[in-house]
Amino acid sequence: MTHLLHRAAWRLLGGILVLLAAASLTFAALHLTPGDPVTAILGGASANPTPEAIAAARHEYGLDRPIAVQYALYIARIARGDLGQSFSQHMPVIAVLRAQAPPTLALMASSLAVAWLLALLSVVPTARRGVAGAIASTLETIGAGLPQFWLGILLLWGLAFEWRLLPPAGNHGLPALVLPTLSLAIPLAGFIAQVMRESFDLALDQPFILTARARGLGDGAVRLRHALRHALLPCVSLSTWAVGALVGNAVAIEIIFSRQGLGRELFLSVATHDMPLVSGIVLFIALTYILAGFAADTLYVLIDPRLKGTRP
Amino acid sequence: MTSLSLAPSVARLPSRRRLPRPGQLGPAAAILFLTLLAIAALAPHLLTHADPLAIAPRDAFQAPSIAHPFGTDQSGRDILARVIYGARQSLALGCGAITLSLSIATILALIGGLGGRIAEQAVRWLIDILFAFPVLVLALLCTATLGSGIGPLIVAIGVGSAAGYTRMVFGQVLSVRDAGYVEAARALGHSPARIVVRHILPNAFRPLVVTATMGIGQTVVWSAALSFLGLGAPPPAAEWGTMLSMGRDFIAEAWWMTFFPGLAIVLTMLSTTVAGRALQRAIEGR
Repeated sequence: MTHLLHRAAWRLLGGILVLLAAASLTFAALHLTPGDPVTAILGGASANPTPEAIAAARHEYGLDRPIAVQYALYIARIARGDLGQSFSQHMPVIAVLRAQAPPTLALMASSLAVAWLLALLSVVPTARRGVAGAIASTLETIGAGLPQFWLGILLLWGLAFEWRLLPPAGNHGLPALVLPTLSLAIPLAGFIAQVMRESFDLALDQPFILTARARGLGDGAVRLRHALRHALLPCVSLSTWAVGALVGNAVAIEIIFSRQGLGRELFLSVATHDMPLVSGIVLFIALTYILAGFAADTLYVLIDPRLKGTRP
Repeated sequence: MTSLSLAPSVARLPSRRRLPRPGQLGPAAAILFLTLLAIAALAPHLLTHADPLAIAPRDAFQAPSIAHPFGTDQSGRDILARVIYGARQSLALGCGAITLSLSIATILALIGGLGGRIAEQAVRWLIDILFAFPVLVLALLCTATLGSGIGPLIVAIGVGSAAGYTRMVFGQVLSVRDAGYVEAARALGHSPARIVVRHILPNAFRPLVVTATMGIGQTVVWSAALSFLGLGAPPPAAEWGTMLSMGRDFIAEAWWMTFFPGLAIVLTMLSTTVAGRALQRAIEGR
């Protein structure tokens, strides 16, 4: 029990370290950025503010202090859970996150689920089965190579414009989620399936598979009950990475399908040098990644009971 | 040596057909495409006579035909010529970014692997931290500081994708560091610099040849994604990502404006993957 607690504390410390690094990185990135944040605060380059207004805004946002002080104040504010005001949207960053995170999280969850489903369907019935396996494996390689934004535009053209099966844009309801989900899920399914196929093939060579077959278990049962469990572990760790990659890829997808969401917001806030919003979104992404790591750790133990006692 | 390596292949000959196996078609096609790509990057005029930037408003939005195999765009520019001329920039981006990325990875891995316990732990933490940042998010942050254009894009992708490669090279350096031949060299009194150059680098790098080959395709995709977002060369430059983003505005009228540049990206990614795997099999002697 103590080593479990020890492990949890260690993970928590690592998580905090990652968040601190995320905050520092965005701070550094946006302070190295050419272009004055004050211009962004006062409504962009076209607003043409008076020198007094600039000085006032500079003071209000603490931009006239030394950079080390700004950094310390910034970290202290974030530690209190205050992410500040968005320059470009004139509302608290927390409020922007609250509005923009749910559509992106829904898109990520559906993409991950569909990707897993596709990968399972592609690998489990075809692994080690000659021609079928070769065809499925080729499709997986091609799938993994498809750029999400290209796939997105082609799906938009085919299914939304030519055949008018699905809405081309928007946030509302399940139909609007289908095309963005497919654009993100198909390449991801290719990645997951490649990893799954490799470990599935390895698992099928193990002695316990022979034992199971010798006990008279059918091929389907051997694959589902014995080989699959072993093939899942590397795919779970790949999925943690995928959660992060999905946010990055969601940038283009949300723009193509005119969806609200964090990816699009991140792109817009980088373009307008809206520093508090950028760091808020990056912190949120890092937090999601950390939580995904925790979830993966839990899943490992559920999938592989051998890990229960042995993991330090 | 010769007789040793010949014996098994001779023994296996009768059971094999003389035709190339389907498994060899993939690498052959991949190498063919990569050769075409290299020609397109170095001497594009050998592959097309059309000018990628010449506008011909009367020929706008022509569907693929014999005169324009890939069709034309909104100003009548030939898409095939633009895809061919785009290879240079896309490959320069891909190769530049992967070189930068692997250089960062090598430096960090050597520091972590050979710099003692504290350096090793620091590099482990750094890798953990960088992994929390998706490649494209990190790259977006970089372009925010550096601005847009080819140079900043190479840096953004190079830095953004460094974490994954660092983990890979770091693992290699660690396993090579404790190998018997390194210990032997140390016992013989060779200088640390000599050990790094003669033993650790070559052995840690062999798997990297494969990684780099596959990585070029991946970096081409990432840089196309950033160009697509408007962070690369501005239109009407012949660059695959930029062409895709131009085509998106006309997707309902002219699918070919988007399809063919994207196809070039996909084929590049696929052929580097297939070629990389073939290389891996060759190196491992399978």
